[in-house]
Amino acid sequence: MPVPIFGRFTLPRQTLPAVALVVLSLLVGAAASDPLAVRRRAQPPSPGTDRSSGGTLPTAATVAAIDRLLAERRSVAGLEAATAADELALLRRLWLALAATLPSLEEIRSFEADSAPGAIDRALAALLADRRTADALARRLAAALVGDEKGQFIVFRRDRFTTWLADQIAANRPWDGIVREMVAARGLWTDMPAVNFVTQAAADGVIDADKLAGRVSRVFLGARIDCAQCHDHPFAAWRQGEFEGLAACFAQARLSPVGIEDDPSRVHRIERGSVAAVATPVTGEGRNVPPRVPFGREWFGTGGTHRENLAAWVVHRDNRRFDRAIVNRMWGILFGRAWHEPIEDLPDPGPETNPDDLLDLLAADFRDHGRDLRRLITVITATEAFRLASTHPALDSDEGCDRVAAAWGAFPLSRLTPDQVIGAMVATTSLQTIPRDSHLLTRTIRFFRETDYLREYGQVVDSQGGALPATIPQALVQMNGKLAREMVEANAVTSTGRIAGMARDDVARLELAFLVALTRRPTSEEREMLLPLLTRADTKGRGVEDVMWTLFNCPEFSWNH
Amino acid sequence: MSSRLRRAVGPRPMGVGSAPTGRRSVLLAAASLGLSFALPALPARAARRRGLERPRSLLVVWLAGGPSQLETFDPHPGHAAGGPTQAIATVVPGVVIAADYPRLAEVLDRFALVRSLVSKEGDHERGQYAVKTGYRPDPTAIHPALGAIAAHELPAPGLELPRFIALGGAEFPSRGGYLGNELDPYRVFAPGQKGQNLVPHVPADRQARRLGALDSLTRSFETGRGAAVRRTFHEHTLRDALTLMDSQQLAAFDLDGESEAVKARYGDSDFGRGCLVARRLVEAGVRSVEITLQGFDTHARNFAGHSAQARLLDPALAALVGDLEDRDLLDSTVVLVMGEFGRTPSINPLDGRDHWPHGFSCLLGGAGIATGQVIGSTDPDGVAKHPADPVEIPDLAATVLAALGIDFAREVATPVGRPMKLSAGTPLARLLCGEA
Repeated sequence: MPVPIFGRFTLPRQTLPAVALVVLSLLVGAAASDPLAVRRRAQPPSPGTDRSSGGTLPTAATVAAIDRLLAERRSVAGLEAATAADELALLRRLWLALAATLPSLEEIRSFEADSAPGAIDRALAALLADRRTADALARRLAAALVGDEKGQFIVFRRDRFTTWLADQIAANRPWDGIVREMVAARGLWTDMPAVNFVTQAAADGVIDADKLAGRVSRVFLGARIDCAQCHDHPFAAWRQGEFEGLAACFAQARLSPVGIEDDPSRVHRIERGSVAAVATPVTGEGRNVPPRVPFGREWFGTGGTHRENLAAWVVHRDNRRFDRAIVNRMWGILFGRAWHEPIEDLPDPGPETNPDDLLDLLAADFRDHGRDLRRLITVITATEAFRLASTHPALDSDEGCDRVAAAWGAFPLSRLTPDQVIGAMVATTSLQTIPRDSHLLTRTIRFFRETDYLREYGQVVDSQGGALPATIPQALVQMNGKLAREMVEANAVTSTGRIAGMARDDVARLELAFLVALTRRPTSEEREMLLPLLTRADTKGRGVEDVMWTLFNCPEFSWNH
Repeated sequence: MSSRLRRAVGPRPMGVGSAPTGRRSVLLAAASLGLSFALPALPARAARRRGLERPRSLLVVWLAGGPSQLETFDPHPGHAAGGPTQAIATVVPGVVIAADYPRLAEVLDRFALVRSLVSKEGDHERGQYAVKTGYRPDPTAIHPALGAIAAHELPAPGLELPRFIALGGAEFPSRGGYLGNELDPYRVFAPGQKGQNLVPHVPADRQARRLGALDSLTRSFETGRGAAVRRTFHEHTLRDALTLMDSQQLAAFDLDGESEAVKARYGDSDFGRGCLVARRLVEAGVRSVEITLQGFDTHARNFAGHSAQARLLDPALAALVGDLEDRDLLDSTVVLVMGEFGRTPSINPLDGRDHWPHGFSCLLGGAGIATGQVIGSTDPDGVAKHPADPVEIPDLAATVLAALGIDFAREVATPVGRPMKLSAGTPLARLLCGEA
């Protein structure tokens, strides 16, 4: 029985995502005659690597230093490096890490058509300039910056915060400027979205200074000073008094009808073990705690509000923890595994920058080049480690896995975040690039499906950024869920339907399905094993559905590699 | 069972052909092809043991939104704080509860009633975290819910169903936390309709072909990274999911076999059906079940709102306890009934009550619990903020774990190597029977 291509438009069931697909597909399709054809497009400029004479300073020295350091590490471990990753594998990694989705067939074709050296760097530059990258990085960073709690109704607006953050990333604003604004901004959660960093810590109308102090130290400095909230840190130098002083930096902040403002009359007061910021000093059993930072007191600002002074301290160029924390986090976003985990409990930096410490190397480069996130991404992704294959002879044993992981001898396998899974599934639905300026399609599908999908899918990333193995409900939703069915179904608007209808033969169909879902072509063995799905199917549509379902559920789809 | 599975398959999506049969036929087809994906897991084994010999289970009835202690288990009629709520006598001499709970009043002796719970969290999200885990929210670690701890610590050999199952939509789902996300509850949003996503989209022959291809692709991905891929547990999880899809134990979700009279006793509501399914799950050997009843956040119209809730809670809870007892399951099941906090003694201008974590109530019954007693009391006039004989949340958590026979003080290492005690509290000896 043939698949009714336009059948779904007569269905009473939920068709809004499909309608959105159709509308956008028609809009895109009007401009693109044949999505399966190879087309060239204008090449974007190269990023600021040594491979071009771009605007920023060369990254070659830093990249070489990191490569050297990792080569030594492998040598000590008696381990060879993995072979270089295939270029398409690199393209997939970059898309997943930066845009939380997959390259479309159109983008793959365009990439492959660029035969000049450095195509992958040009692809990276294009991605860095893509709004989808800003959006995805903002979602990823926001999870750390404001956590996953819902927060207090009205005064915490996660959506405004994330959009603001994406705007800053899109404008390539230096990281220190972004952080300063988050820590010190005043105003309404809607007008001044950066203040949501502070209002996230509001409960019952009161700003929780302890929570903010803990968050600032963990997220921006990679230091768990908040252990010292209740007791001195078991192995680091933090003392309870130091945490109290840090929390006191937020004592002036209060919620008012005009948003967050700083009231100079407020002091941080510890009342017999409980903490309260109060409007006027109270005499009695409590004590007032002045703002104080646990180290680098000379970096603490003067003349501003407590929060402004604190912000100046956090981002001070001598505060190496600040740069080490973000480079470690970005390494984690790009590799799926941070250089140091737990990601928010970094070892103390030594007295001087240590050329044998990867975080120091990257941090110094980051600080000395304007704390430019794009440059940081460019440096990390230019390292040999990022460009290694995820296969390695030692990965056939558990012991070998540990050795390879410790020496970064191969690119690590890491579980996709729910954001990446849904982004990847949506991307495979369309053969063409979803218009860069109008990711309405993605947003529409997300709007209608993400809530349901995530409700059933649950959490993947734990509070420390480590990937967790899949759960049975996740396997079920991936195999049998509503979104999976819509994405797999062969009809006029899905790639399944178009591959079934437009490709010249089954071999071409299989190749297209692999490119769309796995960003690679099948091996000859895979071709032999999977072709029966197409040849034995009742219709071409069903055959491609079976192939797409298989690709969606294989480990290669949901593990970055 | 297979007919049940077939029934549950339901209508096919348009244009995808005939209805598939259960996965057993897929298994047969796949086994003949020698496909490792499709091999069945452990044989199903009915839970036949009864009474004290039976492994213990935890059943949490979660009253989401913060139930008013004054309109449930700690009424103060005729006092300033009491509002219009009336009280009725119960089978426990001298103990009254709100008049909206006549059925519960008849079985209250199966519970211990704590009226003096004290929490430090007055926000819904933080409050439920504190009560469900026994720990205050901590940005550096996610603590497992008591239900996840029970599922983790209590073995369930032969169980194909998930070890921890949550029935009804909860705004803030329980988590496995540092014990692992495989201990996140399997969530069933509409109890009585089986779980979601359990039926393949295609007929058995196509499903078998798909699984065969999946097997090939998995082997292919293992080339050059075999141990690394096995460490992802991807295939293992998928196999567990396929086993669940075809498990005869799924019948526990299915209420078709229950008589109309039984269903009527629990009440014709998602919550009533949830309680009935919960009983069936415990019977099937599930170690941990949570049923959520939403709607207690009555900042306005508190009294009407709570009466409406009582019409759902009273019959279902009484039926649940009665059924567990009739089936000799109550001795092996710890039943905890509570929400994230209570509500203020004062009544606001909207005839509502606001959040109040300073003296609220819970019911604790079943295995190992010294029932038929009341602990603590609140000020009838609502003047004294703190209850008499306060019970701290961590101590309640330790009590629940102790009643389950779990070494509550055991330290486990989180994934980042941080040692954490399952509970930081101390069990209340007077809530535990001597043997616990």
